Amino acid sequence: MNPRLKAIIRKEFIQILRDPRTLILILIIPIMQLVLLGYAATNDVRNIPLAVWDQARNADSRALLDAYRAADYFRLSYDVGSEAELRRLIESGKARVGLIIPADYSVRLQEGKAQVAFVLDGSDPTVASTALSASRLIGQAYATKIMEGRLARLGNTISIQPPVEVRTQVWYNPDMVSAYYMIPGVIGMILYAITSILTATTIVRERERGTIEQLIVTPIRPWELVVGKLLPYAVLGFLNTLEVLALGNLWFGMPVRGDLGLILGVSALLVLSGLGVGLFGSTIANTQQEAMLTVWMTLLPAIFLSGFFFPIESMPQVLQWVSRLIPLRYYLVILRALLLKGVGLEAFQMEVFALAAFGVLIMGAAALRFRKRLD
Amino acid sequence: MPEPVVVVENLTRKFGDFVAVDHISFTVQPGEIVGYLGPNGSGKTTTIRMLLGLLKPTAGHALVLGFDSFRQSEQVRARCGYMSQKFALYDDLTVIENLTFYGGVYGVTDKTLIAETLARVGLSRHEREMTRSLSAGWRQRLALSIALVHRPKLLFLDEPTSGVDPTARRKFWDLIYGLAAEGVTVLVTTHYMDEAEYCERVGIMRDGKLLALDQPARLKQETISGEVWEVHAQPLERALQALERAEGVAHVGLAGDHLRVVVQHPQAEAALRWALQAAGVTVALLTPGEATLEDVFLALARN
Repeated sequence: MNPRLKAIIRKEFIQILRDPRTLILILIIPIMQLVLLGYAATNDVRNIPLAVWDQARNADSRALLDAYRAADYFRLSYDVGSEAELRRLIESGKARVGLIIPADYSVRLQEGKAQVAFVLDGSDPTVASTALSASRLIGQAYATKIMEGRLARLGNTISIQPPVEVRTQVWYNPDMVSAYYMIPGVIGMILYAITSILTATTIVRERERGTIEQLIVTPIRPWELVVGKLLPYAVLGFLNTLEVLALGNLWFGMPVRGDLGLILGVSALLVLSGLGVGLFGSTIANTQQEAMLTVWMTLLPAIFLSGFFFPIESMPQVLQWVSRLIPLRYYLVILRALLLKGVGLEAFQMEVFALAAFGVLIMGAAALRFRKRLD
Repeated sequence: MPEPVVVVENLTRKFGDFVAVDHISFTVQPGEIVGYLGPNGSGKTTTIRMLLGLLKPTAGHALVLGFDSFRQSEQVRARCGYMSQKFALYDDLTVIENLTFYGGVYGVTDKTLIAETLARVGLSRHEREMTRSLSAGWRQRLALSIALVHRPKLLFLDEPTSGVDPTARRKFWDLIYGLAAEGVTVLVTTHYMDEAEYCERVGIMRDGKLLALDQPARLKQETISGEVWEVHAQPLERALQALERAEGVAHVGLAGDHLRVVVQHPQAEAALRWALQAAGVTVALLTPGEATLEDVFLALARN
């Protein structure tokens, strides 16, 4: 092996190992991220606190409440006696939804014209939209049940069949576990963040301490300096990938249906992008702090526009275009498919090409800026 | 006459409107120790950086070991040793790890060669120590060993003694003499006047201009036309004021417990005595002194 390259790789590894606190952080942060996002950042809405103002208070109204209680969307937390009380609970956030049953509920029910009111707190749209559709579904199902009962009493034994029935079937993630959606995101984000931030800071640190000047006057070639400094961080990035993958699989039961070699190969393309962004940042920044913030600036859009949390399809058209410039986007599409669907790369030629092209371009641009000169 | 090691012609560097190095020209012969003396910001470091191709000259050019310093900087760098004023060491590596790293970068992987270099600067016993815990003097020697690891024929030392105590500075110069004796050419910058006396030739820089470059003795002869006198007198402050006003006095300065006076004309003893007595000063001792490079520097700076 080229002695210059060997010397610099060896030196980087010694420096990484000699700073165990940073190393431990690098290894622990992905675990924290995974646990936090796997549990807390869940889109599954359950147990929404419900306040009920039941003005009827009879068998009919109780039957309706039982229907709501049966589904685990709502928790009947408060039984109130006035609209003002209901409003106070929703204002304070103790209750997210309110159900108002009028006093003449039973009478109107007999006439077939009963109405109940459902009040929603729209300040958290995720909760509100789930509550909205759940309240309708439960209400409709209950209404159908009452109709069936009435028809039966009239001697009609045929149950009501709607003319069209929609039978749903969820593929790949039948229980719709949010974690399966989050874990590939965590892998991509960590891989990209670690490689870009560490690369930028390690190169700027040489400039801050003046060692870059000493390195420049040696016969080391720019590519040897870049490869030698980046390779150890690429290794760290892969360690993180395997770490999150293993934890996701063993703890969250995340399926790994695709080929592991393929997964690591695609990850290598993302690492190229991360290292390139870091290297580019290091040629702009003068201090480690500047380098960190510069890279951080590219990280935020990468995370929010990559489809990590929010589906790209629902973004405004302009942001959808911008998201095409984000390597993490392509990586997540491929990785989610590889992990959950167990397919090959044939279906993702465009994404693989875009990911590779971004890596080569940013690395090339950074290498052009990174010269062995001081001015 | 052997080929010069360094040939500089009209070398100039501007940073925007600021002229850091202003049309300087000089040559260095093999095996010489050439000092570069001047205050901070006088252009010493910029000159060395241009000689190593770290900065592009705005005008003029330099040949180092026969190569163009900017266009053929890789050839220059492979053959030269450089010690920057920052002592570019990795604090989180040990002494031997630092040297092994730079050795590898220069293609020197032989462990005995590395050990020899370390022994040469007297750091063998400290090879396992962490660089951050070394004293300034030892850091300086480690930085020198890094510049020496590939056995260069030409050594650039940029303020190698800044921040180092006098004893360590003296030992460092012994190392430099040893290298020169083996035929290594040394170009060293400093802002210590006394240190410049150790050099075979001294260049004096101010505001980017090379005011003079010669042997220390010749510099003194040529710039100081008059005499230097050491004055022990009471009260010292009144003596200083009197001498500053006296005719023919080029410069008066405090030198510890006495004054040094540089006069422009010879045979000044009587005139000095008269001026002091007229001011009511008791002269204890008035002896002829030696001109220093500081006197030279001040004389040149005045012109």
